[in-house]
Amino acid sequence: MKFYRMTVLIGIDDQSLKAGAREIEALLNQELNRSQLTDEVNVLEAGSLGFFGTGVTLMVYPGQVTYVNVKLEDIPEIVEEHFLKGRQVSRLTMKPSLTRGYDFNYRRRIVLDNSGLINPEDIEEYIGTGGYEAWEKALLEMKPGEIVEEVKQSGLRGRGGAGFPTGLKWSFTAPLEADQKYFVINADEGEPGTFKDRLIMEGDPHKLLEGLMISCYAVGATKAYIYIRGEYSLCIERLRQAIEQAHEYGLLGKNIFDSGFNLDIEIKVGAGAYVCGEETALIESMEGKRGQPRSKPPFPGVKGAWQKPTVVNNVETIANIPAILRNGAEWFQGFGTDKCTGTKVYTILGDVMMPGLCEVDMGTTLRTIIEQYGGGVKNNRKFKAALVGGAAGVFLPNSLLDVKMDYNNLREYSAVLGSGAILVMNEDADMVDMLWSVIRFFRHESCGKCTPCAKGNELLFEIINEVRQGRGREEDLQEMVRISEAMQQTSFCALGQSLLMPIKSAVDNFRQDFLKRMK
Amino acid sequence: MKIIINGQEIEASPGETVLNAALRSGIYIPHLCYHPRTGPAAKCRACVVEVEGTPGLPTSCNLPVREGMVVSTDTEKVKNAQRVVVDLALSSGRHDCLSCEQNGNCELQDAAYYLGIERPSFHFEQERYPIDDSSEFVYVERDKCISCGRCVVGCNQNVVNEVLNFANRGFETKIVFDNDLKMGTSTCVQCGECVQLCPVGAIIDKNARGVARNWELDKVETVCPYCGVGCQLVLHVDRRKNKIIRITGVEDSPTNSGMLCVKGRYAFDFVGSSERLTTPLIKENGKFREADWEEAIALIADKFRLIRDEFGSDALAGLASAKVTNEENYVFQKFMRREVGTNNVDHCARL
Amino acid sequence: MAGLAASFGSGAMTNDIAGIKKADVIMIIGSDTGAAHPVIAARIKQAVREGLTKLIVIDPKRITMADYAEIYVAQRPGSDVAIFNCLMQVILQNGWEDKEFIENRLEKFDELKNEVMKEKYSPANVEKISGIPAAKLVEIAEMFAKAETAAIFYAMGITQHTTGRDNVMSTANLQMICGNLGKAGGGVNPLRGQSNVQGACDMGGLPNVFAGYQSVTDEKARQKFEQAWNCELSGKVGLTVVDMLDKAYEGSLKALYVMGENPYLSDPDQHHVIAALEKIDFLVVQDMFMTETAEFADVVLPAVAYAEKDGHFTNTERRVQRIRKALNPPGEAKEDWEIIQMIANKMGSDWSYRDARDICREVNELTPQYGGITWERVGRTGLQWPCPTDTHPGTAYLHKDRFSRGLGMLRGIEFIEPDELPDEEYPLILTTGRVLQQFHTGTMTRKTSGINRLAGPMVMISVDDAESLGIANSETIKIATRRGEITAPAFVTRKISTGVIYIPFHYKESPANRLTNPALDPVAKIPEYKVCAARITKIS
Ligand SMILES: Cc1cc2nc3c(=O)[nH]c(=O)nc-3n(C[C@H](O)[C@H](O)[C@H](O)COP(=O)(O)O)c2cc1C
Ligand code: SF4
Ligand code: SF4
Ligand code: SF4
Ligand code: SF4
Ligand code: FES
Ligand code: FES
Repeated sequence: MKFYRMTVLIGIDDQSLKAGAREIEALLNQELNRSQLTDEVNVLEAGSLGFFGTGVTLMVYPGQVTYVNVKLEDIPEIVEEHFLKGRQVSRLTMKPSLTRGYDFNYRRRIVLDNSGLINPEDIEEYIGTGGYEAWEKALLEMKPGEIVEEVKQSGLRGRGGAGFPTGLKWSFTAPLEADQKYFVINADEGEPGTFKDRLIMEGDPHKLLEGLMISCYAVGATKAYIYIRGEYSLCIERLRQAIEQAHEYGLLGKNIFDSGFNLDIEIKVGAGAYVCGEETALIESMEGKRGQPRSKPPFPGVKGAWQKPTVVNNVETIANIPAILRNGAEWFQGFGTDKCTGTKVYTILGDVMMPGLCEVDMGTTLRTIIEQYGGGVKNNRKFKAALVGGAAGVFLPNSLLDVKMDYNNLREYSAVLGSGAILVMNEDADMVDMLWSVIRFFRHESCGKCTPCAKGNELLFEIINEVRQGRGREEDLQEMVRISEAMQQTSFCALGQSLLMPIKSAVDNFRQDFLKRMK
Repeated sequence: MKIIINGQEIEASPGETVLNAALRSGIYIPHLCYHPRTGPAAKCRACVVEVEGTPGLPTSCNLPVREGMVVSTDTEKVKNAQRVVVDLALSSGRHDCLSCEQNGNCELQDAAYYLGIERPSFHFEQERYPIDDSSEFVYVERDKCISCGRCVVGCNQNVVNEVLNFANRGFETKIVFDNDLKMGTSTCVQCGECVQLCPVGAIIDKNARGVARNWELDKVETVCPYCGVGCQLVLHVDRRKNKIIRITGVEDSPTNSGMLCVKGRYAFDFVGSSERLTTPLIKENGKFREADWEEAIALIADKFRLIRDEFGSDALAGLASAKVTNEENYVFQKFMRREVGTNNVDHCARL
Repeated sequence: MAGLAASFGSGAMTNDIAGIKKADVIMIIGSDTGAAHPVIAARIKQAVREGLTKLIVIDPKRITMADYAEIYVAQRPGSDVAIFNCLMQVILQNGWEDKEFIENRLEKFDELKNEVMKEKYSPANVEKISGIPAAKLVEIAEMFAKAETAAIFYAMGITQHTTGRDNVMSTANLQMICGNLGKAGGGVNPLRGQSNVQGACDMGGLPNVFAGYQSVTDEKARQKFEQAWNCELSGKVGLTVVDMLDKAYEGSLKALYVMGENPYLSDPDQHHVIAALEKIDFLVVQDMFMTETAEFADVVLPAVAYAEKDGHFTNTERRVQRIRKALNPPGEAKEDWEIIQMIANKMGSDWSYRDARDICREVNELTPQYGGITWERVGRTGLQWPCPTDTHPGTAYLHKDRFSRGLGMLRGIEFIEPDELPDEEYPLILTTGRVLQQFHTGTMTRKTSGINRLAGPMVMISVDDAESLGIANSETIKIATRRGEITAPAFVTRKISTGVIYIPFHYKESPANRLTNPALDPVAKIPEYKVCAARITKIS
């Protein structure tokens, strides 16, 4: 298993085979080879992708960009434009409304309870499950302060990566006097191997909207933005539709339910860089500037978008809000552990039987997730490691399979939950290659604002390159830790601070893999 | 308010940053991107310090002082972190200090010196950027750029010419003029603000290259001889050659806050021009000949007296000057009024 | 600045550079600030960029400042009085004026009102005169008058007209009725074109006043100087520069002593200037260079450059700043004061200044505004006059509680067309000015070769006019007026209105002032550099 920047699923069924799927797959691999992209782009055969009459179909992650009726002559263009330059070949993409739902298996509890069960394009179906009751209750029966208090009580923590208590975050902004406050949903989902937010938005867009409405009322924001990856065209389409429907039903707009409260929600399509998921870079990008992080303080909650108080929360975080309001904080505390309540959505990829998505209680062990929900390690190989928490995560070895995963507990092992991405590697995996791809990712994504991140990632990449090519020395491992530690201490934003954990965990836990390369 | 830096008690004012308070008190903290005129960018990360009760290493350039705050700038932890940062900046690009214009005046050198970095210790595989010497007065060597952003802020926020910007990301980040044009073909007006703000030798005065070492030059503050804004300048002069080598703006001048325009900064060749007049000249038969002061002055005094006596004082007139000093203009009108006896004094200011 | 002196009793920039950031609205009219006063332009752009200030730009050329303006309009050169009267009409009609200020601080409001309320200044009529759409005029009036504090900045585009004094008084009228004087961020702000114009005026380099604007016709002032200087002084107002040249041409002016000026290139109607200079019996020129004017001299004296002497310059915001000696002068060149002292003593006088400091002391004694601006106090930041005593902090903005003349005087000003208008023979309006890189007559800037490569002679011409005449960009063309003709490469651009051409005056090879009209403002005696009728033709 390797760590790839992109994955391409090629649908193989009767229909596509007739249309030349094999030839296209062969050419695709050949082109990738020619463009030296084989280390970055992974081509996988899948069964039917669920479309009919669309010839050969490719589905590209991240983003779930779907190309239909692909011909041999289209391949060089797709490789050049999309895989190399990051621009979709729009003439071949499928109209979003034609794309059907999701394609992974998952379990559902709170945020995913409706996904796959109701028609996401019909507000009535959402209302039929009790949707928008919480919004009505919040607006008509509760004071903003009470909502903030309820969310505090629930123990909900941010699901975007850092795990900051959500109620506490709101309590900084709610009392501020300002002519305008904003609420921003972070739907940038740039973490490689993560697609949980997409499934929430695709499968149950109204849940996010309802959560957002309540959140806005709680902090006093009358304008909200959903900042979303450009590739998530189906999400964008469905959210647009959902916002429209909410307006028609009087759930949004001016003087909602005669309460005197006004609210507008707008969708902003993101710029595409990983760092734009960092909340202050996201705000800069929303303002039309270069997507680079800002100094904190002032925190966005005090001075954010266009200098106004702005709360930024992740999609999954806010998708929890309607249920909390409807069922109460105590109910929510019934999920998860003492310190970390609720559930967490994980994406499981790599060498497992059933790659996909699951929503489980906070505190579920890594072993449970891999074995029960991921179906265990594929092809009867042995487990070697899991990269938990996304690219900025930690390589957890066998010995930590039984650690309860939540924000607090993982920290005890110098690990993080991050966005909840789990990448499983079997005994054949080579940690040098793995670390190399992680470093390359950060090298590629550094925004260039600060010295340690812009230069440090380059330097680490050059060192790991040497090691990988057999020219390294043992001291290089220590040097990588030293440099990444200084980067962790000095970088402007979390991106530049990230590499210490993957480097240290790889070097400490899998030292043999590195020494083998040195001979 | 009082704060403690390295055990030393320091009087600080609210709103001030830790870096400022430290520098004011003679405590050096390496800093590459902060400049009083571009503000804290918190980009270079060289200025990190330790603060009791605060996790991590905050940057001091954007850290406001708090009553009773206890700061350390010289622990091993701080210096090790600073050393990596400064070493990364020094090791990337190409810093050939021996022939660099900024040698001795370089803030990266200062930081390296303080941290005891003898030579760059990291190796980067990198291509060199081409030199951009397309501009008349400015020379750009991107291999020395440390992406501190001071020039970009200066061009966009101080002089508001909006030419400079950053392009690309990560390690490939570089400064560009407009949409990556050569400086000389861009919309740059060559005000030299970027030159003045650059902490290293990446953007420098083109015509002063290789002419003199910074420490050999005397700095004299004066006023621009051109337009009426009256920007304050620093003349960097080589006393032995009796020559202006370069001009910078006075940073704390209320008139120009360090900014200048292309004339004030670069149009100074006239001072040392070989066309300067060096002796009095008297015209004889339609041709000028050199004369000594004695002769020229005697001739003028005679003529003025003669004309005054024969045709009256108002047959003489004088033009004072919008280019000479107050003292000289004062004396000139006094001369016309008192010695010649006429109010026929004017200057070309209306023009 | 005779116009301002008439309105307020003092003729300098009323406010300071730092005040720019305190203005809610700034109007720039008749000033290519970005080219002629780049660092003040920078401050204004900063204020706009930081959202502190809204900008209105009125100029026949689309100058760089227009890019930062909320409202930009191009007027026909010479229509400024009509524009100001119209703005005031709109303001008064809507009751946007500052009634309290008018009541307490001003006089002759009725006179002003009678003039500006005339039908001919209605927006519709002024649209016809100025070419600015009526709706825009109303918009400008509203934005300007409703601002808490608004400032006007102008330069030679306002003053260099036969109606220059009227134009200046119009800016003053507008600012007075809007109550924008005597407070930080407001004011009427003429931008001075040369480093020490302000100082030359302050020091009495004018035919009607001694240092400190003390009138030569005022008995008491004269006595004061007679006593201090121990001599008798003339009470007759002297000649202005243009009058001097006329009198020289007629033969009644016999001798001219020129210190650091170059009327050959800077004065209007060059043919006339040449004839006058040739006629003068005895011409002395004291300069750093053999200027075009010096070529005509009988004696030329070598003077020193700014970097070779000590003293003070006074900038456009009345700030007196020190200049310091950094270099030794070349050859035998001497400081101007020293040369003057030598001549005075040779003429039998008793001068004994040892250095500029001695002179400064005398200036402090005799010039009330400079009383406290001593050599010791100027320091590194300078001091803004008026600063009458040793303990006075200087004055950032004038007319705080009262005008120098007591009440501010409003004037009804009638709009008069420029002296020379386009006709069939000369169908275009020629206007002149500066470019960023060059300065004045080029004596100093043109010695730096890089500067010359950046900015050579040119004539700016609109795309429409160029097309109808078949003129290509960079093509050398002929420009003619009733006074003469020159050639220059065409710069074809959309930045200038149809029917208007523009020539910078720095170049002796394409001397704009061979073309300009020497018609003068009757009081201010400023020539009409900004408007005359011209014709362009292809050369081949
Ligand atoms: C480099 C970087 C990338 C990030 N990307 C995302 C992202 O894609 N989605 C997200 O929700 N948060 C992301 N974050 C975290 C956000 O900065 C922010 O903490 C989060 O949106 C807050 O929401 P929460 O409190 O609901 O988690 C990222 C942070 C960093 C440093
Ligand atoms: S910029 Fe500074 S560090 Fe770089 S070469 Fe020049 S003097 Fe040396
Ligand atoms: S010289 Fe001035 S205009 Fe040109 S890039 Fe530098 S700061 Fe900007
Ligand atoms: S050119 Fe100089 S000022 Fe500009 S970013 Fe580079 S180092 Fe900083
Ligand atoms: S530097 Fe430029 S703006 Fe400043 S006084 Fe000189 S000419 Fe004027
Ligand atoms: S370069 Fe973006 S955080 Fe350092
Ligand atoms: S000076 Fe503080 S980060 Fe650069």
